[in-house]
Amino acid sequence: MLLAMKLKAALAVAALASPLAVTAVTPRDAAPPEQALTALKAENFPYRLAGDFSREGKPVAAPLRQMRLGSSLGIMTRQVTAAEYARCVEDGGCPRIPQASTAEGMPMVGVNWRDATAYARWMTKTTGKLHRLPTDEEWVFAAAERASDDALPLAGVADPVAAWIARYDAETSRERPAVLAPQPVGAFGRNERGLQDVAGNVWEWTDTCFVRHDLEPSGDVRVTNTNCGVRVVQGAHRAYMTDFIRDPRSGGCAAGVPPANLGFRLVVEQERWPELRRMAERIADKVLKSL
Amino acid sequence: MITRRTALMGAAIAAMMIATPALADDLNLPRERVELVAPPFVHPHEQATKSGPKIMEFKLTIREKEVVIDDAGTKMQAMTFNGTMPAPMMVVHEGDYVELTLVNPETNTMPHNIDFHAATGGLGGGALTHVNPGEQTVLRFKATRPGVFVYHCAPEGMIPWHVVSGMHGTVMVLPRDGLKNAEGKPLHYDRIYYVGENEFYIPKDENGKYKTYDSPGEAFADTTEVMRKLIPTHVVFNGKVGALTGKNAMTAKVGETVMIVHSQANRDTRPHLIGGHGDYVWETGKFNNPPEKDLETWFVRGGSAGAALYTFRQPGVYAYVNHNLIEAAELGATAHFKVEGEWNNDLMKQVVPPGPIPPAKSSAIDAKVLTR
Repeated sequence: MLLAMKLKAALAVAALASPLAVTAVTPRDAAPPEQALTALKAENFPYRLAGDFSREGKPVAAPLRQMRLGSSLGIMTRQVTAAEYARCVEDGGCPRIPQASTAEGMPMVGVNWRDATAYARWMTKTTGKLHRLPTDEEWVFAAAERASDDALPLAGVADPVAAWIARYDAETSRERPAVLAPQPVGAFGRNERGLQDVAGNVWEWTDTCFVRHDLEPSGDVRVTNTNCGVRVVQGAHRAYMTDFIRDPRSGGCAAGVPPANLGFRLVVEQERWPELRRMAERIADKVLKSL
Repeated sequence: MITRRTALMGAAIAAMMIATPALADDLNLPRERVELVAPPFVHPHEQATKSGPKIMEFKLTIREKEVVIDDAGTKMQAMTFNGTMPAPMMVVHEGDYVELTLVNPETNTMPHNIDFHAATGGLGGGALTHVNPGEQTVLRFKATRPGVFVYHCAPEGMIPWHVVSGMHGTVMVLPRDGLKNAEGKPLHYDRIYYVGENEFYIPKDENGKYKTYDSPGEAFADTTEVMRKLIPTHVVFNGKVGALTGKNAMTAKVGETVMIVHSQANRDTRPHLIGGHGDYVWETGKFNNPPEKDLETWFVRGGSAGAALYTFRQPGVYAYVNHNLIEAAELGATAHFKVEGEWNNDLMKQVVPPGPIPPAKSSAIDAKVLTR
């Protein structure tokens, strides 16, 4: 486990190092899109943990926690638009998506996690500011009253088959968005934090991987498996999506209402190397605790 | 679309076959009027009967209407019997007479007719039942062979288009003494569901978006072009992607025997119950042949119906699919069963839930894990 952590840290450093090498190159004439940011001060918020949870091998509802982000959050006020993504494509930074709209004022949809991540990398490169997808926790915090608590009726049902059928009923009775086609920016209004179109009909990619957890008798949560080939997407409900999917759907054994469209908004770090600072803080914290 | 030649031929055949109208009454059999119900449900009926042959009266009203066929809101100019896809199932017994009143209301735009695969002669009735908007007709045929049989609209010159626009249903002719297995032992069902499979060919515009039309006639040319390539845009049960899922999922209880009749009037299909089987399957749908046992998937030929009996042994959610899984998952041919009851650990048990792969130590330990 320790080795894995070291590896992850090394990877994180490597990932951070790469933009450094390229930011020296002057961006081409295309000015990076100006995106309004909303700055949110850290405060407590309820958060239903993402992923699968089980106790003694039986599925249970994910724990609900009080959370507080480590620092304030700068997040795009609106979703990345089709025109903005098109500029990234033109500049060679993002994969070209067949039949994608390039319209001003329309959210970019039909993107997978890799496309969204490529856009973040391109924005980082062109602006010199670190752009990245939000984590699920950050998204839920920013979404505020529009974040949905997706606790499915698993807990409290002693019979696992009844729980299975109850979950099927819950998933299949979710409301479908009234309109499936993407709507102009602003069509779904603002949430209480001022963000536009949160939980409208465009679901947003997050950076959070699918994680399987075991709830131990002590109450501790033990991670038993992490699959980063599947990421959390957020919107009117939380969903788990394979990272290369651009057009989600249900069918066959899969029941329920799939996200109508996949898009994204990014977090923008004010510092150049926030990860390094956080890592340093964590190390310092550990060192202090071990004293 | 009715040419002078076909009109004359129809008139000639009709003149030959109508004989004296009084003949119907000469049958002097009891009559029973049946109210049809929308699929996947089937009107109440006896599985075996002690009574003698009857004249069973049914009525189908043709409805041309715009329908939505998927969650994206794709629209189609459908043509239907009684407004549903598939059309309702009619149940009679061998030796009964099916007497159908076929109504083509004035609000429709096209002539229609009906071809019963269960009937003998007259193009299955197609030659005798051409009705223009504002007309109706009555056809009677004798149900001489037990089985499940497709019926469909078959107007000259545009048969496939009417069929893939929604006009097909099924007649079930039960043996008078009920269903039997190969050894002659009686078989019965606690519930019956009728799953009609349709495939659609919706034209797209230059941007790849599905086109809409104001009437069936306006959709004809474009739709025919798509049809001739033989690649459907949708393959659905009960007229719409997801029509038999969620709130509309079919239900059963552990221990109940369910009869599933599956029809496809145009194209081959292969029903499969994920997590279940076909205990007794009349793959070709004809009850004078002994049912096959313990099938995993059964083949329903285009232009036929098949019947499967299954007793649910385990609760939970089952997917009932066309096991061309591309058609099931991508094009829509998926239904669900919700089955209540007690889980049977003997039939299936999750011995170790998904979790980390334990480190390999020695083969002795591995062997222990395997036999635990």
